[in-house]
Amino acid sequence: MIVVEKLTKQFKGQTVLNGIDLQVEEGEVVAIIGPSGSGKTTFLRCLNFLEEPNSGRIKVGDIEIDGSRPLSQQQGLVRRLRQQVGFVFQNFNLFPHRTALENVTEGPIVVKKAPRADAEALGRRLLAKVGLAGKESAYPRRLSGGQQQRVAIARALAMEPQVILFDEPTSALDPELVGEVLATIRGLAEEKRTMVIVTHEMGFARDVANRVVFFDKGVIVEQGEAKALFAAPREERTRQFLSKFLSDGNAARS
Amino acid sequence: MEEKLQLVLSSTPFLLQGVYFTVGLSLGGMLFGFLLGFGLALMRLSRFKLLNGFARVYVSFFRGTPLLVQLFLMYYGLPQVGIEMDPIPAALIGLSLNMAAYICETLRAAISSIERGQWEAAASIGMTRVQTLRRAILPQAMRTALPPLGNSFTSLVKDTSLAATIQVPELLRQAQLVSARTFEIFAMYLSAALIYWLLISVLAHLQNRLEARVNRHEQES
Repeated sequence: MIVVEKLTKQFKGQTVLNGIDLQVEEGEVVAIIGPSGSGKTTFLRCLNFLEEPNSGRIKVGDIEIDGSRPLSQQQGLVRRLRQQVGFVFQNFNLFPHRTALENVTEGPIVVKKAPRADAEALGRRLLAKVGLAGKESAYPRRLSGGQQQRVAIARALAMEPQVILFDEPTSALDPELVGEVLATIRGLAEEKRTMVIVTHEMGFARDVANRVVFFDKGVIVEQGEAKALFAAPREERTRQFLSKFLSDGNAARS
Repeated sequence: MEEKLQLVLSSTPFLLQGVYFTVGLSLGGMLFGFLLGFGLALMRLSRFKLLNGFARVYVSFFRGTPLLVQLFLMYYGLPQVGIEMDPIPAALIGLSLNMAAYICETLRAAISSIERGQWEAAASIGMTRVQTLRRAILPQAMRTALPPLGNSFTSLVKDTSLAATIQVPELLRQAQLVSARTFEIFAMYLSAALIYWLLISVLAHLQNRLEARVNRHEQES
C-alpha cells in the first residue's frame, strides 16, 4: 500500500531523515515511536508532502512521487495522493468557522464535488461512527479536545482514503480525553484500515499496532512485530528509549 | 438668528448634492480599493519575487506619500504627460489607488495571521491553494480584517474632502461655495462637519453589526 524508498530530508543543512525505507501493507497498522527530534513526525508529514523531501521515492496505492523533483512541478499528483491519504494532526486543525458536520463534508463537497445531500449523509454517518451524533451543528470551539480530534478523524475518513496518517493524535489532549480518541482509532484498526500512527502512547502502540517502527536520529533503528519489540527490543538504543519511557510513565502515574 | 437658520436650510440641497459625491467617492473608492488591494495582497503572498516586489514598492509609495499630493499628481500633474481626467474620475482613481495600499496591508496581515495548520488541514484533504484560500483562509482572515477595513473606510469618507482641492463638488467643496456666496462661513462648515459626523456614525453602526454577524460562530454553540 505504501512504499517509501531512500527518503531524505534536510532542514537548513541538518539531516532530519537519512535514507528511510519503509513498506506498509494493506490493512496493516504501523506505529512509529522514538524520542522527540528523531524525525518521526517529519517522516509522517513527508508521506503526504506537507514537508517536501529532498530525495527519495514515495508510492501510495498507484501514485508514485519522486521526492527529488520540486513539488511545485507535480502539484496535481501530490493532490491526488493527498486525496488517498487521510491526515490527522496533533492540534486537530479543524476549520473553526465551520460546524462539525461542515468540517467533515468540506472535502467531499469541495474536492470530490459530491452532491451536498450525499456528503451530508456521509458526514452524519461518520460523526455517529466516532461517537458524535448530535454534535453536527456544533462549532469546534464548543467541543472538547477529544471531540475535536474525533471530528478531525471523521473529516479524514470522509475522503475515503486508502491510508490514514496520525501525527501524535493524543499529545495535545488532556489526559482524561486520551482514551476516547484512542478507542476511536482502535475501532478503525479493527476494520482493517491501513494506518500509520506516530505516538507516545506505548501501551496503545503495543496493543493496536501490528508493527512498531523505532526512529532515532533520522533513521529507523529497529522495527518488528509490536508485542515482540516491546517485550524484547534487539537494539540498545531501543532498549534505552523504552526503559526511560516506561520508568517515566510509572513515575508520572505513582 | 432665524435668518441664519433659514439660510442654512435653504442651502441644504447644495450640501446634499455634495453628500451624494462624498458617498459615491467613498463607496467607489472602497470597492475599487478592495479589489485592487486584494490583488496586491495576493501578490505580496505569492512566491514570485517580481510580483511580490512590485506590490511592496506600490504599498510603500502610496502609504509613504500624502494623499493630497497623490491627488494633485493625478489631476494637475498627469495632464502634462498627456493624461487628462475630469475631477471626479481623477479623485476616484486617486482615492482607490491610495486605499488599495492600505487594504493590501490589512489583508496580507490578516491572511498571514491564519495559522499554518489551516493551510495544512485543507491541503491534507486535497484542496488546491485557491480552494484553500476561498474556503478556509479568507473566511477567517476577513474576520480579522474587518475592524481595520472599517477604520480604513472611515478614513476614506473623511479623506474624500481632499477632493475639494481638485474641484470635485463633494460636501466640503459645496460648503465652501455656499459660504463664499453667503459669508455664513461658520454655519456652513459646521453643517458640513455635522453631516460627516452623521455619515461616519451610521458607518460605525453598520460595521458593528457586520462584525457581530461575522463572529457568530464564536458565540453560538
